[in-house]
Amino acid sequence: MKAAPFEYVRPSSAAEAIALLAADEDARVIAGGQTLVPMMAMRLARPARLVDISRLTELSNIRIDGENIAIGAAVRQAVVERDALAAEKTPLLARALPWVGHAATRCRGTVGGSIANADPAAEIPLVLATLGGSVLARGSRGARTIAAGDFFLAPMTTALEDDEILVEARFPAWRHARVGAAFLEISARRGDFAFVAAAAQVALDASGACVACAIGVGGATHVPTRLAASDAFPGAAIEESAARKTLALEIADIDIMTDGHASPAYRRRASIELATRALLAARDDALSKEPRA
Amino acid sequence: MKVALTVNGDTREIDVEPRTTLLDALRDSLRLTGAHTGCEHGVCGACTVLIDGAPARACLMFAVQADGFELTTIEGLAPAPGELSLIQDAFCETHGMQCGYCTPGMVLTAHALLRDDPAPSREKIVEAISANICRCTGYGQIVEAIELAARRLAGSNAGPAT
Repeated sequence: MKAAPFEYVRPSSAAEAIALLAADEDARVIAGGQTLVPMMAMRLARPARLVDISRLTELSNIRIDGENIAIGAAVRQAVVERDALAAEKTPLLARALPWVGHAATRCRGTVGGSIANADPAAEIPLVLATLGGSVLARGSRGARTIAAGDFFLAPMTTALEDDEILVEARFPAWRHARVGAAFLEISARRGDFAFVAAAAQVALDASGACVACAIGVGGATHVPTRLAASDAFPGAAIEESAARKTLALEIADIDIMTDGHASPAYRRRASIELATRALLAARDDALSKEPRA
Repeated sequence: MKVALTVNGDTREIDVEPRTTLLDALRDSLRLTGAHTGCEHGVCGACTVLIDGAPARACLMFAVQADGFELTTIEGLAPAPGELSLIQDAFCETHGMQCGYCTPGMVLTAHALLRDDPAPSREKIVEAISANICRCTGYGQIVEAIELAARRLAGSNAGPAT
């Protein structure tokens, strides 16, 4: 279990990293390496050159950018986990991060790396898709913003071109008075890949009626999926039996993945249950908060 | 490729291939064999070391990436040769080990946990060591060891994580 030989380069800027990628089709970006290194150890990945972006200060910021929290590509998951601004502005991300691997992988793994890797069972891509966030990509032909819905194409496959790097991930920051969130998943062991994961963020008005809702499922689907039912809940209080019915109706029709771990029928059933529980838990989390002035 | 590693307070320059993991460099170049080689793909936790105080998998990092960090291995915990750290002593006393293969990783994980939270709940201890696999399934006594260490730290003058 040793990686094949490669060259290691540590560029001094994102521009230099992009030039290195453009010049060599067998070059790959490494940030935290918590997925890429095991893939290399198993020889499922054999890059000829690793371009290490993990120390680029220009990619190491968490900042408010208009309506979003922008997280630079080199920001480690453990840093976001402890970040008060991210916790306040994107409660769903804060709920999801403890589910990502273990503390020992989160202190190296990056938020951007998890998104660029696009594992269908990964938590952070599910948060980005559920909230309808986006990524900023930069390549030799310039920069572009890609919406989460257009970014995840298939398992481990994204819209990034070979010479593009993910510069930052942008998570919408909700400004509503009462926002609650919940993240749930089923896996074989703590920290393992999710068979099914569900994410929900809900905003309520002072009367407890839903004013905004985002709900998504991952693990069960080929790409992390924001459910259209998200738009069905605003306008009234969220109530269990109606919520379950609405979610079951949509999930009955979505394309479910299969592998050796869990059958499609199980994944569909578990998706309906987890999505319902996540939505109700997010509602209760919002109800527990005093309306902000 | 040359890289300077700072391990347990000492900085040494070694010459390794880029593909050499931090784990292999520690064991083969620096002869620090306390970090154990298990799965070599980030699942088992036997190779846990501390990077700037936080637990990490030494198999999921290449040695050439590790310059500039303060690395701590199990060899760096005891205050002097022939002695044990408070946490190591608690593992001995409760017999928080069977074959011992996972023990260095468990002790370092406990060390980082107790530094961040000197009085963790049982649930938090279980969550922390869920990152480390014990194939003897001796988890009961490992949890006991960390609880004992936390109680002793609370009663000691030394402060956390010594």
